[in-house]
Amino acid sequence: MIKNISNLGDAALYCDFGQEVNKDTNTQVIKYFKSIQEKNIQGINNLTPSYNKLIVSFDLQKTNFQNLKKEIEDLDIINIKNLSSKKVEIPVCCDEDFSLDIKRLEEKLKLSREKIYENFFDKEFFCYMTGFIAGMPFLGDLDKNLRAKRLETPRVKVPKGSVGVTEQFANIYTFESPGGWNIIGNTPINIFDSSKETSPNLINPGDLIIFKKITKDQYLNYND
Amino acid sequence: MIKNYFKVLRAGINTTFQDLGRKNLYHIGIPFSGAMDKRNFLIANKLVGNDYNLPVIEFAYQGPQLKYFGDQINISVTGDVKFLIKKKKDTIDGICYKTFTLENEDEIDILSTNKSVYGYLSISGEVDVKYQWSSCSTNTKANIGANNGKKLELNQKINISRINENTNHKSLKYINTKIENIRVLKGTNFDYFSQKGKDTFFEKEFAVSKLSDRMGMRLEGPKIENIVDTNIKSEGLIKGVIQVPADGNPIIMLSDHGTIGGYPKIGVVISADYDKLVQLTPGSKVKFKEVNLSSAETFFKLYDLETQNLISQI
Repeated sequence: MIKNISNLGDAALYCDFGQEVNKDTNTQVIKYFKSIQEKNIQGINNLTPSYNKLIVSFDLQKTNFQNLKKEIEDLDIINIKNLSSKKVEIPVCCDEDFSLDIKRLEEKLKLSREKIYENFFDKEFFCYMTGFIAGMPFLGDLDKNLRAKRLETPRVKVPKGSVGVTEQFANIYTFESPGGWNIIGNTPINIFDSSKETSPNLINPGDLIIFKKITKDQYLNYND
Repeated sequence: MIKNYFKVLRAGINTTFQDLGRKNLYHIGIPFSGAMDKRNFLIANKLVGNDYNLPVIEFAYQGPQLKYFGDQINISVTGDVKFLIKKKKDTIDGICYKTFTLENEDEIDILSTNKSVYGYLSISGEVDVKYQWSSCSTNTKANIGANNGKKLELNQKINISRINENTNHKSLKYINTKIENIRVLKGTNFDYFSQKGKDTFFEKEFAVSKLSDRMGMRLEGPKIENIVDTNIKSEGLIKGVIQVPADGNPIIMLSDHGTIGGYPKIGVVISADYDKLVQLTPGSKVKFKEVNLSSAETFFKLYDLETQNLISQI
């Protein structure tokens, strides 16, 4: 349930679901997100679900904070027992050319790269949210032994397809972008396709993801 | 049939096609985009007799130089812009908020924006551009929208698919004014900052940094002291949010902003001040002034009425 609704500026509602970041809280966020989306409320022009927050942006020409706050408070939440989630396998190559921060992680985590990969691959991840850049999925939870902070100085350019980790999450850079996550590999598959307007994202909130390790040969021949 | 088009003789610094942007895509990571200065965008379309949401060419600082080939066509420039119309025999000094007619092989040379960042060139009719999610707005970060999501490039063509039949010349008396006080509402992490930090935010002057673009405006000034945490759990952002990262310098989110961010939000610029905010040039000095929600809503109504009035005068 929403714990508190406040305003973010004059044209958005800030719905707080609590401090904890876990699947249960996030599932509530996603339920509200889908319910509001379905209800098609006049004036709403954007919804941004995240780990434990939902931001509802609106057109100030059509509605205002007080009106929308009431509508959201009175909203019937659709009962989605199993959020229509799908399982997605993501092939990742950890060749030296791609695993840009593996040495840093070995030092920070005091683990060998073999151990790091063992704790990362073939485990189920949950997609909490997508965004920052188009289609970027935020996936959790990362094995407790693999949790590290962001780079002190973010990279100006992280290559497209890079798979990164930070704190309890993993992500995938859907295209070249600045970024500070620890990069451990690269996927040959396209995670975001702007030509598919109805479903540009391969991974959506609520989906389950498993990373599969592939060799450089498999990587190079993947799209043939 | 004669093909009507512009050829790009100089692309300018950051020249893109924009309309009012795209909605309901934050959840997949796509921002609104759209014209930075909405009022000047709307006026530009009205001056050439277009529907309000047709694509216009937005430029920053130095604009494009374009050579026209085809049937007579009207154009108009809005903002605070210095430009020339080069005809075969003479060169005319351009005047903003006024319709001009271009003939075959005339050129429009947009030299610069004066004491402002963005200007708009509207074309009477429609340009042939790609729409994605019902908007042509170019988002160069995600390569979405018109021109394959890229800035205008040297030697490329801009094809005109239709020229308006109504060729009446129109004009508007309007002067862009610069703001020094940016009105803000307290942000959701306002209490992450010390009393000294809050005072710094509302009392001291900040300068707009050169590192500002369509994604965000960075400000430099006294460091805003954070006493809780310089990171928050990543969550949604909106246009106008002022984030303060660990270095204590505020960053204001603008139209092409990343949809999720992890820095504390000290404030949010009110909607009524957004058009003037984006026009602040690097080096400009600004102060933040706190208002409450109901005042912000009233200021927006006034801004909106003034915009409608201006448009109805054309």
